Amino acid sequence: MQLKTLNGDVAKVVARAEGPARSLADALVRDTPVAYAFIAPAFFLLLFLVAYPFVLSVWLSLSDARIGETGAFVGLENFQRLLSSAIFLQTLQNSIVFTAAALGAKTVFGMALALLLFRIGRFKRLIRGAILLPFIVPTALSTLVWWWMFEPLYSVVNWTLKSLHVVNRDIPWLPDPYLAMFTVVLVNTWRGLPFFAITILAGLVAIPRELYEAAESDGAGPIGRFWHVTVPLLKPVLGVVILFSAIFTLADFNIVYVLTKGGPMNMTHLFATYSFALGLQGGQISQGAAVSLFLFPILLIVVFTQLRMVRRATTYE
Amino acid sequence: MNSAARWTRRIRPLFTVYVPVTPFVLFALFPLYFMLVTSFKKNAELYDVNAVPFLIGRGVTFGHYELLSKDTLFWSWFLNSLMVSVAATVISVVLGILAAYPLARLKFPGANSFGVAIFVTYLVPPSLLFLPLSTVVARLGLSDSLWALVVTYPTFLVPFCTWLLMGYFRTVPKEIEECAMLDGCNRLQTMLRILLPVAVPGVICAALFAFTLSWNEFLYALVFVSPAELKTMTVGVFSELIRGDIYYWGGLMAGACIGSLPIVVAYVFFLDYYVSGLTAGAVK
Repeated sequence: MQLKTLNGDVAKVVARAEGPARSLADALVRDTPVAYAFIAPAFFLLLFLVAYPFVLSVWLSLSDARIGETGAFVGLENFQRLLSSAIFLQTLQNSIVFTAAALGAKTVFGMALALLLFRIGRFKRLIRGAILLPFIVPTALSTLVWWWMFEPLYSVVNWTLKSLHVVNRDIPWLPDPYLAMFTVVLVNTWRGLPFFAITILAGLVAIPRELYEAAESDGAGPIGRFWHVTVPLLKPVLGVVILFSAIFTLADFNIVYVLTKGGPMNMTHLFATYSFALGLQGGQISQGAAVSLFLFPILLIVVFTQLRMVRRATTYE
Repeated sequence: MNSAARWTRRIRPLFTVYVPVTPFVLFALFPLYFMLVTSFKKNAELYDVNAVPFLIGRGVTFGHYELLSKDTLFWSWFLNSLMVSVAATVISVVLGILAAYPLARLKFPGANSFGVAIFVTYLVPPSLLFLPLSTVVARLGLSDSLWALVVTYPTFLVPFCTWLLMGYFRTVPKEIEECAMLDGCNRLQTMLRILLPVAVPGVICAALFAFTLSWNEFLYALVFVSPAELKTMTVGVFSELIRGDIYYWGGLMAGACIGSLPIVVAYVFFLDYYVSGLTAGAVK
């Protein structure tokens, strides 16, 4: 339903600039000065507060600027230093593990949840409403309760596990590096799952019923219908959801900053938290900018993939 | 026969749908429930390792909320968040409407590039730009003022609003506007009098999301504003209630509850708008 407009809109934007004016209605639609006047405020805002900071970020990463000082051009020194820094390499590894684990969990469980939500008859609104709630409440505040739930001494998770005799001593969720990574992935999954479930659900609703009936009359069972009808038709929606989430999972700041501050021993630092630690707390804004620029390649990949999907869609239309 | 029919119609969904969906609902709601329970629990019970943590066993207390009101700047933070969110929302929705209209309706050179540019900025995560933006904010003389947030929040809200509204404007038939223009209305009048009244649901949806995203924002608020009395809700609760190694867990949870409340209330009233905005735009 609505999700399709995302690619459709780019397609129309791309397609529209090309066709010549053909009719009176088209001529009526051609008002360049008005269009520019309307767009100007948004354009200048994005120019000064997105494009310019981006250029500044590139400049900073190539300089030896510190907070409050302009600094001089040093070429790729910051990047060289980062790539030989153990903490940065750890951050790189954490980012890959975190993003892969969280995206995997959100895709699998999001799919399962969407299939369940799709079949719900009664209490539909109530259940959807409850499912979506973690995505709506402020992440910085909801992460505080996760922190409290995993607090070493009073953890409700440990209390429950001990009461059920699953374990007999406290599990060090946040002090242990591997468990800390598990915990931040868990909280990211908790927050992001509703987005996956609700968007995949929208994709499921859009699949024509007849296709299932046809598959059923061809002798496909529930599993066959899932693999041969649902999955192929959900691919575009899944692609969009995963690409979007890839950026914002990789760029996550709130959850890690609140829960672990990147620790223990830098084992949960992501690009955002490490660039915050280096650039602001350490005062080395040039190094911090260089770290945050590592988010840029993934952004480029996502944009190009999306635009290519769009172009392909326009050619076949 | 009859009982078999009943099984397929009523009992079977219970096991194939409602039972499996229960863990998902519990997983989603438990932390929020636990937040609420903790905020009303007396310290003696809160810090008793043997007490059952799920329930309030020894009486309800409003002490944590009192501590929040009296000993912290909580209500200033609340007000700051409110002012910043309202201002950023108004700016972003207005700029979004203005930018979405030509993208949805008019032909002009550069439409293609601007559409793509909006799409790209829409995908830029705040954590990519917070360092250079802090320099820009400082140079504009806006550091440690709420204006820093009013000015920077639209950088992620305007692309979102534009994108969402563009979709809504497209669903409105062109013909009604063309009639108005033949009757002598100019573009601005047509947009304000003909298109906007029809596109009200889209505008509400954009405003709700813009408000929610501003209210929930954490990184920019943490970086650009440091005086305690100017902090927003999310940053204030997090950074002012944790002093050294002493955690006021009851107070933290009380702050988290009140901090989430405006969004939850808006959400309960406008659930359908949230769902449609979510699927339309893939929010961050």
